[in-house]
Amino acid sequence: MAYATEPPTQGFRLSQLIYDTRYRGITIQVVTLVLVIAALSWLLGNLSANLAAKGKDIDFSFLWSRAGYDIGQTLIPYTNDDNHFRAAMVGLVNTLVVALLAAFLSTVLGVLIGVLRLSKNWLVSRLMGAYVELLRNIPLVLWIVLTYAILSEAAPEPKDFKVVDGVAKQEMFLGIAAVTNRYTTMPAPTLDRPLPEIAGVPTSGLAVILVLMASFWVLSLIRRRATRVQEATGVRPGTFWPGAAVLVLPVVTLLITMGFHLDYPEFKGFNFKGGLQLSHAFTAMVISLSLYYAAVTAEVVRGGIQAISRGQSEAAFALGLRPGRTMSLVILPQALRVIIPPQISNYLSLVKDTSLGIAASYLDLRGTLGGITSNQTGRELECMLLMMGIYLSISLILSGLLNFYNASVKLKER
Amino acid sequence: MIAFVRKEMLEASPPPASQHGWQGWMRENLFSSPLNIALTFVTWIALGAFTNMAVTWLLHGVWTADSYLECQEIILAYYGPEASGPCWAVIRERWHQFIFGFYPVEEWWRPVFCFGLMMLAFVAPLFSDDVRNARRVIVPVGVLTLVLMVLASAPVAACVIGAVIFVGALAISAKPLRLLPWTGVYPFVAVWLLWGGSLAGPVMALLGLVILGMVVRLLSGRLGVPLSAGLGIVAAFVWWTMLEPQIAASLPGDLAFLAQVGSENIGGFLLAFVIGVSAISMALPLGILLALGRRSDLFIVNKLSVGFIEFVRGVPLITLLFTASLLLQYFLPPQVQFETVLRVIILVTFFSAAYIAEVIRGGLAGLPKGQQEAADALGLDYWQAQRLIILPQALKISIPGIVNVFIGLFKDTTLVSFVGLMDPLRGVTAIVRADIDWKGAYWEPYLFVAAIFFVACFGMSRYALYLEARLKTDHR
Repeated sequence: MAYATEPPTQGFRLSQLIYDTRYRGITIQVVTLVLVIAALSWLLGNLSANLAAKGKDIDFSFLWSRAGYDIGQTLIPYTNDDNHFRAAMVGLVNTLVVALLAAFLSTVLGVLIGVLRLSKNWLVSRLMGAYVELLRNIPLVLWIVLTYAILSEAAPEPKDFKVVDGVAKQEMFLGIAAVTNRYTTMPAPTLDRPLPEIAGVPTSGLAVILVLMASFWVLSLIRRRATRVQEATGVRPGTFWPGAAVLVLPVVTLLITMGFHLDYPEFKGFNFKGGLQLSHAFTAMVISLSLYYAAVTAEVVRGGIQAISRGQSEAAFALGLRPGRTMSLVILPQALRVIIPPQISNYLSLVKDTSLGIAASYLDLRGTLGGITSNQTGRELECMLLMMGIYLSISLILSGLLNFYNASVKLKER
Repeated sequence: MIAFVRKEMLEASPPPASQHGWQGWMRENLFSSPLNIALTFVTWIALGAFTNMAVTWLLHGVWTADSYLECQEIILAYYGPEASGPCWAVIRERWHQFIFGFYPVEEWWRPVFCFGLMMLAFVAPLFSDDVRNARRVIVPVGVLTLVLMVLASAPVAACVIGAVIFVGALAISAKPLRLLPWTGVYPFVAVWLLWGGSLAGPVMALLGLVILGMVVRLLSGRLGVPLSAGLGIVAAFVWWTMLEPQIAASLPGDLAFLAQVGSENIGGFLLAFVIGVSAISMALPLGILLALGRRSDLFIVNKLSVGFIEFVRGVPLITLLFTASLLLQYFLPPQVQFETVLRVIILVTFFSAAYIAEVIRGGLAGLPKGQQEAADALGLDYWQAQRLIILPQALKISIPGIVNVFIGLFKDTTLVSFVGLMDPLRGVTAIVRADIDWKGAYWEPYLFVAAIFFVACFGMSRYALYLEARLKTDHR
């Protein structure tokens, strides 16, 4: 941009607002702001006029009225006598559960597939390449709809599992799990002496998570101490057994004190009793999201590993590192820096794509707040605003956390 | 003492059989270590089992039948009670609904023509300096379009016009950039071809844009680009809202060369393409502005752009689609009513604009700083620098990213079924499966739709990779 080198001799003229680079920026910004405010006030004016014409107002008190509908999968206590807010929270928990499970499974599968795609084995690498291209290039909705259709139309009926004269038409998988055309049943983790609820929220699961987090923290302390000792003496103390003990013992103790056991499903009368009964909507969501995002993750992992120059692994081999340690000490830490930023946006898309549960009628946040509640109360404006706000906050919080993590592993340039 | 000295060179012996040829290849690529041998066998067995199953299933396919039950009976009669096979008869009878929705049979040539002309419109921006590839697109697309139009029994006049357009394009393709005006005119032609009705509407709308362009061209020298663009928009708006209705009313009424086709008849992959292509093409200018805004030092402009981009990228597309179908009417005056398709296109445009803005921001960031500094040194102002130096380079390296955004958007068009439109996947498939004759067919429609999506998306992503590889050489 051109800058004036000498101060203007005359006083301020109006035309300077357009032609003088010192003022032009301010002019443009003020004009933009005025235009945006005008557009917004026009939209909001229309909104209030239209609402008035329909005899509506903006009112969020419907959240505290009785919801009156049932939700198949409730991880926090809920009955149809609870209010719409509670129903929305149940939906939010369902969204988060699917997102977490799918994120975990897709990461594990995706890393495996990404590494196998670079395998020296021609057959394996081609097969993984075909998997990635097949999954990526077909819409996720199709995978959800297809998985749902297969589960609910190709699976046997529950009564086929009935044992007549010692033989059942269908055998259960290992005798503990079964896919029927109405639900999938599997052993349920059950607690005999759960921890007391606080403010209506069950705390047992939270306690397990907290203990696990504490264990991981202790584990990192042990690792760090091992590194210190190694740097001081040259001998690394073994960390495997203490680490395993720290990870396993506290959680197992907690679970035993809470009376943890598995509740197996059994066929009684006309249906399965006991155990966990997963709706096909949930299963289809988890399976298709995991498989689809595994393909997306695999591409990112492959790109990350390929971005590391061959010289790195050659240098590691020259130093006498074994292939496994070359991978874990030299290649992966560097590849991780390339992998993390695109993987962050993959996780964000995954969370947003849980809203595709609509294709399988899964009652997540969109299904409860943006679906049944919105239809029942006729408050589509409020519901949609709330829903967008919640999704937006999840996205922003998640991207904040992941970017913080990214900054901590990023190459520090000084 | 030397007893023997070889006088002539020995012939180089060939490498051992295990090092070259198919044996060497297999040893290297399939059986290089115990782990690899195990992997190869496991994969081989799994692949064999799957292929066996799939091929048997596909071989049991039935192509001619009147209902799903009849299919099952034929399979039962021919292959025995244990066999199962696909009932392709459903696709054979209903394929047109997956492609065109309920578009009238006698008008099928119009979407076909429209698609061919769209490929022609892509030539100028994609192959601006690549005559060979431009011709490689124009010739087969032209031939295919004309053949398909004849097959769809298009009127002779339309075929002649099509032939003239494609031959004309080929004639001037020595400089593909000369086709650029066609890219500008195409959207209006496409709207008229698809929806039909009076020719006056699209022409009048196009004239509004021509007015905008003329005002900018005449005044930008004196007033600068932002101000003259503002004045141009005002002038175009005056034209569209005040002058156009009067002129349109005074025109002789019968300018309708094509029968009118309602939006409710447009479905299937035609709908997916209409939404995808129109949203991307409208999102491109908006995305460029947003990307420039995000890089701008002007505080308010910057924050507005960032806010818009982050908001749109932070919410799922489905909430925006619901906004289009449920809420958009609340924000507009009661006399302004849009069809659902149009509302969806508007919201999808905003959606893709945010993603395109991020792609273009990447392209802008990829340019060396020296380019901007050189433009400043030449004394170009901001808009001249962007238009002549920065954007041509940034857009060029952004094209693969934009193609990827389009692929994502094309896949996402399947979501429009949730707001009541007939997308190829759920909309049309639900209609087909609701027919009592074809109840029970679930593999066939899904496989058919999946195959088309796969071919389209895989082709486009390969093309993006090819572009990326070709564009890279210019900068290294």
